[in-house]
Amino acid sequence: MVGAATCGRAAGAQNITKVIRDELASRQIEATVIEVGCMGHCYAEPLVLIQKPDNPTICYGYVSEGLASMLVREFIAGDDPCIEFALAAMEVNDFIPTFEDFPRGMVEKKVVMQHCGIIDPENIDHYIANGGYEALAKAIHKSGEEVVSEIKTSGLRGRGGAGFPTGVKWETCRQFKEDVKYVICNADEGDPGAFMDRTLLESNPHQVLEGLALAAHAVGASKGYLYIRAEYPLAVERIEKAINQAEESGLLGESILGTDFNLTLEIFQGSGAFVCGEETALIASMEGEPGIPRHRPPFPAEAGLWGKPTVINNVKTLSYIPHIIRKGADWFRETGTPDSPGTAVFALAGKVINTGLVEVPMGVTLSQLVYDVGSGIDGGKQFKAVQIGGPSGGCLPESFLETAIDFDSLNQAGAMMGSGGMVVMDEDDCMVEIARYFLDFTQNESCGKCTFCRLGTKQMLEILERITKGEGALEDIDTLLNLAKNVKTGSLCNLGKTAPNPVLSTLKHFRNEYEAHITEGRCPSLMCLNLIAYYILPDKCERSCDACIGSCPVESIFSNEDRIKVVDQEKCVKCKSCMDACPPQYSAVVKLSPPELVQEKENDNG
Amino acid sequence: MGKKINLTIDGKKIQAMEGDKILWAALENDIYIPHLCAMKEQQQSPFAGCRLCFIEIEGKPRPVAACTEPALEGMVVNTRSESIDRLVEAGFNLIMSNHHIDCKNCAASGACELQKIAKERKIRLKPKKLVQLDMNLPKDHSKDCIIYDPNKCVLCGRCVTACRTEGTAVLGLAYRGFERMVTTFGDIPLGETECSGCGSCANVCPAGALIQTNK
Repeated sequence: MVGAATCGRAAGAQNITKVIRDELASRQIEATVIEVGCMGHCYAEPLVLIQKPDNPTICYGYVSEGLASMLVREFIAGDDPCIEFALAAMEVNDFIPTFEDFPRGMVEKKVVMQHCGIIDPENIDHYIANGGYEALAKAIHKSGEEVVSEIKTSGLRGRGGAGFPTGVKWETCRQFKEDVKYVICNADEGDPGAFMDRTLLESNPHQVLEGLALAAHAVGASKGYLYIRAEYPLAVERIEKAINQAEESGLLGESILGTDFNLTLEIFQGSGAFVCGEETALIASMEGEPGIPRHRPPFPAEAGLWGKPTVINNVKTLSYIPHIIRKGADWFRETGTPDSPGTAVFALAGKVINTGLVEVPMGVTLSQLVYDVGSGIDGGKQFKAVQIGGPSGGCLPESFLETAIDFDSLNQAGAMMGSGGMVVMDEDDCMVEIARYFLDFTQNESCGKCTFCRLGTKQMLEILERITKGEGALEDIDTLLNLAKNVKTGSLCNLGKTAPNPVLSTLKHFRNEYEAHITEGRCPSLMCLNLIAYYILPDKCERSCDACIGSCPVESIFSNEDRIKVVDQEKCVKCKSCMDACPPQYSAVVKLSPPELVQEKENDNG
Repeated sequence: MGKKINLTIDGKKIQAMEGDKILWAALENDIYIPHLCAMKEQQQSPFAGCRLCFIEIEGKPRPVAACTEPALEGMVVNTRSESIDRLVEAGFNLIMSNHHIDCKNCAASGACELQKIAKERKIRLKPKKLVQLDMNLPKDHSKDCIIYDPNKCVLCGRCVTACRTEGTAVLGLAYRGFERMVTTFGDIPLGETECSGCGSCANVCPAGALIQTNK
């Protein structure tokens, strides 16, 4: 099996598939090659799993075309499993550790990601063989009330952001006696760096479909939609195939499993506006209007799509439903915390060594995620913060590493679960620049309807840009704080209400960095271009080496009379090429902040 | 329908029609609540975008927009408090930071809702701590009886509604975020559209962005 979800393909998985197929053909070996989804080990992609009789299934990572060819030659055609290239085995055995034997595996618990990267997402039989559609077969003979009750008892909270109890939402919709109701799967995943929903759609599409069918049965709907962003073409393709397969198998469409339950599912491709992840904006988009949020109440569960009761659930939320129905609410409550039961899926990105997706019980700590799952910070750098919940979330510093990750603990800490994006930052990340980045994203994605979001975030962005350029004033901090609080209170929808969160949390935990920018013109992380200068240390410069001169795109580096290299600060565009070009044994190029330090250094040496 | 209910606004007991929004109940009883985008005929689906008509309702933890909340029997409402006034002032200042202030030369001066809000709430027209976010957009003089200056527009959307209900539906809200503006399809000048010059948009414009001239 070759991991060929979008992240696998980005790492070259399709070439690996071709190499393996060609090698098998040239050796006339009869073996099945399947493109599967994503297991979550994105740091090690391309991934290949080999399942050979009398051997445990082995997962190989960092597979190059050469290694792929070698694996066919030595293991599939021969008997050498090339253990030195294996990441882990998939089953307990005597020779190769399993994923559960590593620190990451001890923290992880897979529910919705259990079959991701293992089953063929384009084969419904793979899903059925692993218990798929059993929940639907079971629930369809129960009343909708019983299904709703089970979900309420499970305590499942929506995995799209705020964590509203799913069963309560379903119950509200169920209560309306209407002939027409809708269920919608919200796959408009827009946080920078987040791809949990995409992975589930690409790796196990039937799981989501079964969840949506169960939701439809529970609330009494016969029509459902999957709102998928058009930027996810592979996800759209696989869901389309999955719907067709399910209909052919009598699991969707008319008279499902021979009963009087009918459900038609359709894909609606969203146009990519971040704000359409908000329920009322998503509905407006589907109705042909601009994707602009409406005031709530009425909530979509009362009056949603075309004015009819509508339940909208996130991909991850729906993915849990089949498991809860099949194994029961009590089983679900065994994992996680009392108020946040179950697991959560995170996209771990940023400065951790092992980036990728991970599914962990609610209540594990940030420390476990960063150090056990992520293997800590790359390059021996110091951990600084983690941004949870994307542009709507907040950043948490080192003092919060032992914070449990669940809806309520994160809320108290000033962050939020969001949909599961988690970006780890180290000492080289400027927290003012981070806040500016997220606010710039939010400003760009604002629909422009309401005053506080359209103009409030713009004013905040102006202030942050002044600060990162060294043009801020101390009173800007107070103005920024007041704006943030007012935008939070006054905005119409959650995009605007949460837009100030990165600013509020960075100001709370890293106010010293804001102040350094303003009062000293210094960027403590050496990140803000206007506040840094590149400088070549004379005593480390190897006179005979011209690597930095050659690398400079604007010819700002020259040799002085002693043949020591000097940067012309007027010309320098701070692209970092000279720092990268300087051989490690010299490491003569450094960053200084504030830029005036260059003159001081030169005076000292002169 | 048509049932009367009793509620209290700013300590004053008043009556209102059940289902009416608090904003209109208050205004009809001479209690002023700042507003720009609200239109009484549209009160059952309020735009709610100007974010100025904040009130406090006893029992609700957060300020709410008066144009969206239905009046209910026994409700106790406050339109003024330290936090409400601060929030309204913040919203007003944001609007004014993006509004081309030129009262002396503006035809709407004296009939301007922005001036009224500033007077009622004792807020200065020009915000102190915010940078002026000028748009520098061209004025549209192409229709001989309507002048449109987008630099004065506060994006309340009233002209769009008026144009749809009384005019020829040539106006719409377009673009996103800070770039959002009232414009025509394809951004063509009013004079080149099917605009009939009825002036319904200018009649509802609260801020002098749309002015009807007398030809």
